[in-house]
Amino acid sequence: MELWELSAYELSARIRNGELRAKDLVFSVLQRIREMEPLIHAYISLDEEGALRKAEEVDARVARGEKVGALAGVPVAVKDNICIKGGRTTCASKILENFVSPYDATVIEKLKAADVVLLGKTNLDEFAMGSSTENSYFGPTRNPHDQERVPGGSSGGSAAALAAGEAVLALGSDTGGSIRQPASFCGVVGLKPTYGRVSRYGLVAFASSLDQIGPMARNVRDTALLLKVISGYDPKDSTSAPVDVPDFTGVLDEGIEGIRIGLPREYFAEGLDDEVRERVMEAVDLLEGEGAEIVEVSLPHTKYAIATYYIIAPAEASSNLARYDGVKYGFRAEGEDLYQMYCNTRGQGFGEEVKRRIMLGTYTLSAGYYEAYYLKALKVRTLIKQDFDEAFKTCDLLATPTSPTVAFRLGEKVADPLTMYLSDVYTVSVNLAGLPGISVPCGSSDGLPVGLQLIGRPFDEETLLRVAYVVEGSLKGRSEP
Amino acid sequence: MAVTLEDVEKVAYLARLKLSGEKGRFISQLNRILDYIAQLEELDTGGVPPTSHVLPLKNVFREDEARPSVPREELMANAPAEHMGYFKVPRAIE
Amino acid sequence: MEYEAVIGLEVHVQLLTESKMFCGCSAKFGAEPNTQACPVCLGFPGVLPVLNRKAVEFAIRMALAVEGEVQPFCVFARKSYFYPDLPKGYQISQYELPLCIGGYIEIETDGGKKRVGITRIHLEEDAGKLVHEEAYVEAGTSLFDGNRCGVPLLEIVSEPDIRNPKEAHDYLVRLRQLVMYLGICDGNMEEGSIRCDANVSVRPKGSKELGTKTEVKNMNSFRNVQRALEAEISRQIRVLEAGGKIEQETLLWDPEREVVEPMRSKEFAHDYRYFPDPDLVPLYIENEWIEKVRSELPELPWRRKERFVAELGLPEYDSEVLTSERETADYFEDVVASGVPPKAASNWVMGEVLRVLKEERVGMDAFRKRIGPDRLAELIKLVQAGTVSGSIAKKVFEEMRTDPSSPKEIVEKKGLAQISDEVELSRIVDDVLSEHPQEVERYRAGKVQLLGFFVGQVMKKTRGKANPKLVNRLIREKLG
Repeated sequence: MELWELSAYELSARIRNGELRAKDLVFSVLQRIREMEPLIHAYISLDEEGALRKAEEVDARVARGEKVGALAGVPVAVKDNICIKGGRTTCASKILENFVSPYDATVIEKLKAADVVLLGKTNLDEFAMGSSTENSYFGPTRNPHDQERVPGGSSGGSAAALAAGEAVLALGSDTGGSIRQPASFCGVVGLKPTYGRVSRYGLVAFASSLDQIGPMARNVRDTALLLKVISGYDPKDSTSAPVDVPDFTGVLDEGIEGIRIGLPREYFAEGLDDEVRERVMEAVDLLEGEGAEIVEVSLPHTKYAIATYYIIAPAEASSNLARYDGVKYGFRAEGEDLYQMYCNTRGQGFGEEVKRRIMLGTYTLSAGYYEAYYLKALKVRTLIKQDFDEAFKTCDLLATPTSPTVAFRLGEKVADPLTMYLSDVYTVSVNLAGLPGISVPCGSSDGLPVGLQLIGRPFDEETLLRVAYVVEGSLKGRSEP
Repeated sequence: MAVTLEDVEKVAYLARLKLSGEKGRFISQLNRILDYIAQLEELDTGGVPPTSHVLPLKNVFREDEARPSVPREELMANAPAEHMGYFKVPRAIE
Repeated sequence: MEYEAVIGLEVHVQLLTESKMFCGCSAKFGAEPNTQACPVCLGFPGVLPVLNRKAVEFAIRMALAVEGEVQPFCVFARKSYFYPDLPKGYQISQYELPLCIGGYIEIETDGGKKRVGITRIHLEEDAGKLVHEEAYVEAGTSLFDGNRCGVPLLEIVSEPDIRNPKEAHDYLVRLRQLVMYLGICDGNMEEGSIRCDANVSVRPKGSKELGTKTEVKNMNSFRNVQRALEAEISRQIRVLEAGGKIEQETLLWDPEREVVEPMRSKEFAHDYRYFPDPDLVPLYIENEWIEKVRSELPELPWRRKERFVAELGLPEYDSEVLTSERETADYFEDVVASGVPPKAASNWVMGEVLRVLKEERVGMDAFRKRIGPDRLAELIKLVQAGTVSGSIAKKVFEEMRTDPSSPKEIVEKKGLAQISDEVELSRIVDDVLSEHPQEVERYRAGKVQLLGFFVGQVMKKTRGKANPKLVNRLIREKLG
């Protein structure tokens, strides 16, 4: 096997005990990137020099017998809406095309402390608004399993980079499914942590009450390792939760005997692709075989989730994106006066989907509509959250498909925004309720990966990882370290 | 509650967005999306409290301590236009 | 027809915190442009606000001081509009759920005391500064300085209880005095620490209905507030008298030309799209916190004034002057606490001390470091003990401005002690009398006004140090 194919836990162990040079690993991954990038376009920017420098530093410290971080020398790709000091953070938007961040996101500080090698910034739908990574100013990313298909979105670059071997670990962000859905489409693992588990400081805001940064990897153990590194209370984020960070890998081998898994009936209804349903049910059967108890539950307000989400998220986005005005940083288009400068800058700087959502959010927050839309949505959000509270009385976690279909074709849904929005049907409720969710591969349909989504109680990522680990082990077989 | 051309123009004004070709598309797309969203009306939410935050967090503070600011060169490195340490903009008053 | 004005004031008070409301940048005034700004207060991509605890505490102080109701639950909301001095495109403020509702500030009017009601008090962040007029600004441009972005403000909205510009002026004076007493604002009007907007309407006297109101902005001194309101009230009356209608609009006061003018017309269609800021969590202000702040409140100026009259027996006028600033009142009380009778202390503080503050343009804090209340008390005690006369004491006080020695030491060093030795003075009086036989003749012949002449001669010989009472007595005795 090539180095770039190996898992993070194996690689970091070998680097730390001096068996493997981090620099060789970086060379291997960079070589792979050179081969694959023309086909996939997973990255917006690469930092080869910085990556090699960091690898050399890790190698030197290991050689001197110094202590190195938990993920020393492991190459990590970062979604390009997470700020890294001194490098471009574009959010795949023209308006930030040349923006260089003067600071590190908290997760980046944590990754640096863990001595990872930061490879570069991955492609996304502009400002994370989309489900296909087609809404990128820098062009779409392609699905490594079928280059005519989308990798999902908005963290499509991170998911595709992992699937193509262009990174060992990756960070994504998830506002309505943007980690889980591309993980599902690309056949990798993606976890959206409980809201507040991971600091949002340095994540360019899309919808502040829904956004979370999360780990993406090619296997569950790597996902757990990365989650551990990036989690934790952050005094710079007022919405960060002051809760302890468990050792997420510790529970992986505990098995799932007696765990109660709920199947929400609304998630298996109309609109779900037959083969996706079959793969998901096969995984559920398998879990039952491993000792889990399967119960049927109901989340009656599921059908209102998309409507609720598409009020709250664009409203918050319209406000969060008001700062891109051509004054302090970013793109500016000249205009004959201040007003024209604003309108031209934002009119030319934002892509169509972003403008559509700003329009929608501005409309629903404007005088006379606030109560009918935004306030109403916040109330329905309460009902959606209560559905989950109710369900978790009878089960420990929920199992659902991640997406109603496998990866769709490039261009297939571009013309019809609402249809695109509706494909988020299984993922948005998790964000509205602030719960942790993971997508883990559970087979394929016509060669395209299918993802199983597991949804847990707040701050119970451990149970998700435990169950996902069993799914992975049963379907793939496992080569333990 | 159908969205009209006038609504779209007013919203584009509020959001400072110059629309060109999209304007017509936006009218029909926004109408479709808002029609879909309108299904929330069938839900009785009387007595249901709104959820702005999923976590029951409250009273998060920092202490009142001043720290050095970012060096101005770094802070203004991305500025589209500057003059004598200020950000320069088109004249903001008549 | 006789008209009456209906005025409500919106006052923005800049809070005296070390750091800004949502980041650690210094909140101090006057730095070079954009040197007290950071990614957070300039709204860079990805940053998040974290609330300054002190700003909330200051707001609670204000709420308690005006007897308003601190709300058990309040949230921050985003107020959206585009302007180059507003880096995020929204201002973090409070809207539906402010920190304090109700309260009042009392002012003195010709008709006695009057309470001006307070509608609400809320916290918000300041915007930055735009420079348009300076010579270095290129034509067609404005310049933005982010130093002030995110400095904490209290907005204090009054009820429309104010009836004329004088009352508005007095309300502001009271409000400024209060925030300075509370230690939550430096009260510096020139630096914009207190800013005031007004809602003004007029109606026929006696009418209960409200007229259409206008908003007047940019009144940045007490004098400007009064003048701007006077100008706007007479403008509205002129319009109504001529049969016109008042338009609801925002006007700017031009202090140079002394007129109010409509603001740029492009500002039509404001729609602030308030919604709760998802980056900030709600505030639940518990009773414990409120009570702790209450227990630490200083005595309020008007209470202190009443106490000075009732307990220290000071005249109303003295009490008003001494309590106008907290530091002055503190100083005065410290002098009294050192064992000086209140009226004597009051005379010295209102006279010499305030004169020096004015002359030197220094604050009480700086003055206190040079002449502490205990040192002043010692001086006053020397007068009362007869060691020095009142006029010599003033000379000693002048020395004390530059000489850190004790008043007693200064008196000794400069030989200023009063001569109260009867034997010595008697000898000097004898000398004077023998040197002026003609005047002695005339005095004895009935020209008793010459007593002053003799006293003056004695003072001259003693360089002012003779005990004047004793000198008087001795001269009378010897000539009598």
